[in-house]
Amino acid sequence: MANALLEKTICYHCGDDCLTGVYIIEEKHFCCHGCKSVYQVLSDNKLCSYYNYNEHPGATRTRTDSRFDYLSEPSIGSELIDYTDTHVTIVTFYIPHIHCSSCLWLLEQLYKINPAVHYCRVDFLKKQLTIRFDHHKLSLQQLVELLDDIGYEPLISLQDIIKKQNSATKDNLVQKIAAAGFCFGNVMLLSFPEYFGLSGYELSFRHFFGWLNILFCLPVVFYSGKGYFISAWQNLRNKVLSIDFPLALGIAVLFARTVFDVFNHSGAGFGDTLCGLVFFLLLGKFVQKKTYHHISFERDYRSFFPVAVHILEDILERPIPLSQLKTGHRMIIRNNEIIPADAILLKGMAMIDFSFVTGESLPVSKTLGEIIYAGGRQTGEAIEMEVIKPVSQSYLTQLWNNEAFTCKQDNRMQTFNEKVSRYFTIVLLIIAFASLFLWLPTNVKKGFAAFTAVLIVACPCALALSTPFTMSSALSIFDRNQFYLKNTRAVEQMAEIDTIVMDKTGTITTGESINVQIEAVLTEDQKAQVYSACINSIHPLSRMICHFLGSKERLPVNDYSEITGKGIVANIGTHRIRIGNAKLVLGQPEESIHITKVHLMIDENYLGYFGFAHRYRNGLENITGLEPSYKLFLLSGDLDHERYELTRFFKDPEQMHFNQSPQNKLDFIRSLQLKGEKVMMIGDGLNDSGALKQSNLGIAVSDNINNFSPGSDAILDGKSFNKLPSFLRFSKDTVSIIHFSFLISLVYNLVGLSYAITGNLSPLTAAILMPLSTVTIISFTSLATHLAAKRRKLI
Amino acid sequence: MSILYLLIGCSLSLALIFLTAFFWAQRTGQNDDLYTPSIRMLLEEEEEQEEQEIGSKK
Repeated sequence: MANALLEKTICYHCGDDCLTGVYIIEEKHFCCHGCKSVYQVLSDNKLCSYYNYNEHPGATRTRTDSRFDYLSEPSIGSELIDYTDTHVTIVTFYIPHIHCSSCLWLLEQLYKINPAVHYCRVDFLKKQLTIRFDHHKLSLQQLVELLDDIGYEPLISLQDIIKKQNSATKDNLVQKIAAAGFCFGNVMLLSFPEYFGLSGYELSFRHFFGWLNILFCLPVVFYSGKGYFISAWQNLRNKVLSIDFPLALGIAVLFARTVFDVFNHSGAGFGDTLCGLVFFLLLGKFVQKKTYHHISFERDYRSFFPVAVHILEDILERPIPLSQLKTGHRMIIRNNEIIPADAILLKGMAMIDFSFVTGESLPVSKTLGEIIYAGGRQTGEAIEMEVIKPVSQSYLTQLWNNEAFTCKQDNRMQTFNEKVSRYFTIVLLIIAFASLFLWLPTNVKKGFAAFTAVLIVACPCALALSTPFTMSSALSIFDRNQFYLKNTRAVEQMAEIDTIVMDKTGTITTGESINVQIEAVLTEDQKAQVYSACINSIHPLSRMICHFLGSKERLPVNDYSEITGKGIVANIGTHRIRIGNAKLVLGQPEESIHITKVHLMIDENYLGYFGFAHRYRNGLENITGLEPSYKLFLLSGDLDHERYELTRFFKDPEQMHFNQSPQNKLDFIRSLQLKGEKVMMIGDGLNDSGALKQSNLGIAVSDNINNFSPGSDAILDGKSFNKLPSFLRFSKDTVSIIHFSFLISLVYNLVGLSYAITGNLSPLTAAILMPLSTVTIISFTSLATHLAAKRRKLI
Repeated sequence: MSILYLLIGCSLSLALIFLTAFFWAQRTGQNDDLYTPSIRMLLEEEEEQEEQEIGSKK
């Protein structure tokens, strides 16, 4: 065994096992021609240090048939380019394979391979490469081919993720925080003398400090705090009382009172409270905004479809952008290309891999004249097809025309914050006006002092911070467990879930979902006989047996007959072969229920069986154990072959729905929602997209986070599937934490109000109360979230 | 105590310089990618490597 391990050679480029010894240069073994050619390009350019930084840094190159000629089409090329003038062009690519320092090193040395490249910069976390090059000497197509030659094929898709990401970060939040923090520090410093008391001859400083404070407050209110006024105004116009309204009111009153006090020499003003408030609020906003650079939650079919497709026109082949593809076009789909529109197969052997769409990894063969739905990937030779529906009207893509996608569903669920802040604002205004009218008859000055003091002290700073700080620490705990939520709102949505709907293939089963084992001893002849019998059948089990046996000699078969639902009977040479279920082979019903068996009998000798066990994800029983607190359903696009096996997990037959189209899935979720259920959908393929979008919380399960996942609220790494129950419980904990911190902030507000109503709120009290309550909330929420995560064994 | 006016003026202008510097850094995108430089600095400079190659050929 040890010897066998030693003899196994590993590809120098990508680290895969070398199955052949054909590709060797300079005593270095390669697994395929692609890997070898990358090495040759690199060694020709003296870039072999690439292999010194990391072992086997490359990606496997078994597939080297990508074509980029569509990039020469000006309408497509110009979409991708960031900037171009008469001399240079700048372009940014997303390259999924960037993963180690070797990648970084090599990609930034591109100019050594081709001098037309002026400058390359890698953004490692975003997996992006920015290139500035001379487009007179090197076309975009050649550039992409160059990248492909060295093993870094960029992912070019219609829905450009890069540009979206870059445009989203332009709200200057960091600058606003910096300005607020800067002013906060200075104002605090300038306020200290006032709090500690100034002697008589230092009083001139008081005015100087006061005016300086106002000066510092100006940028805080009008630059950093601007967003609060805008959103409060927008919400008022939409007749919504959000938390931004009392915040904006608080900021405005603080500023007005400060200016008034300094102007009339009636006090020091609340400059430090004001700056502190805005600073902490913005900080809350900052932590709430979690960005995952490598994950996109907004993908739809356009991310996965090719940018262009080759069509045949008068025997000439030319690439056209997908948007120009029309009904009646004849398109050519080569190996590993995705079929972008529903089409009829005209020529060639189609073996379509629908794993993108359904998660099912076994390719399906199609016959001439058959309609093939968009989203499948052709494996094998090039095929010719006639488009019967435009891209956006296809069976799969029409899902995106559904209203679940067209309407903005941001407020599917009101967060706790939104629910509370409405009442909070009303109560706050009542108290403020009550104290105003209480004092007005006796003391006008005191009345206004009390009115403003109430608005200042009850400004819901702590309330506004409790959600962002709790949720951001919750997000990072989920993140650590390979569960990536789109935003903090999703955590609250998760806490409200009471129904879980799961897709089958790819979601509760893994990628290589079926385990074939053989419980029989077969000679090589017998293997060839079984292979020859099974190769004639298109039944999935037969195909798996053939795959399992590997390629064998195909013997002539006589008297072949396939009995639907039972098996195959055939004569090969002088042998009579029976392969199928127990009833066909043994004449009695199957005893075992846990695995599917295909029995084998040759010439009345029972030889044994092939066992097919579906491999379900670890921890599926944990999730089905969530009943009865959660209702569970299974939606599958497949026929109900596995119904029997799945009864282990889903006791009630009503829980399982098979043969569901993407639209059926969406409708099923909606019907549950109409019954008042809060539905969580767990899916993986494009066919679940509608259901994911319609559900209250859509979770996409993916075995490779960088690879592919449909648009959703959260992405779950397949490895963490078993932790889902803990995630659900933890999300409930975080909501309780928010409730509790709301109570804490209320206590602080009440203490402050008791000062405020009397009209005796000193700036010092406010200056102590505000930061104190903030610090209490921040430390409480982080600590409590941490403890809750520990209890749920998430850290 | 009038010296305080001058001192406050000095400290403020100093602080303002730093704030402007930060704003400038932020605007020009110097804080956009905080991770890649940490890897890049570990890689060898190309000149050195060429020298090494010449050295090994000798």
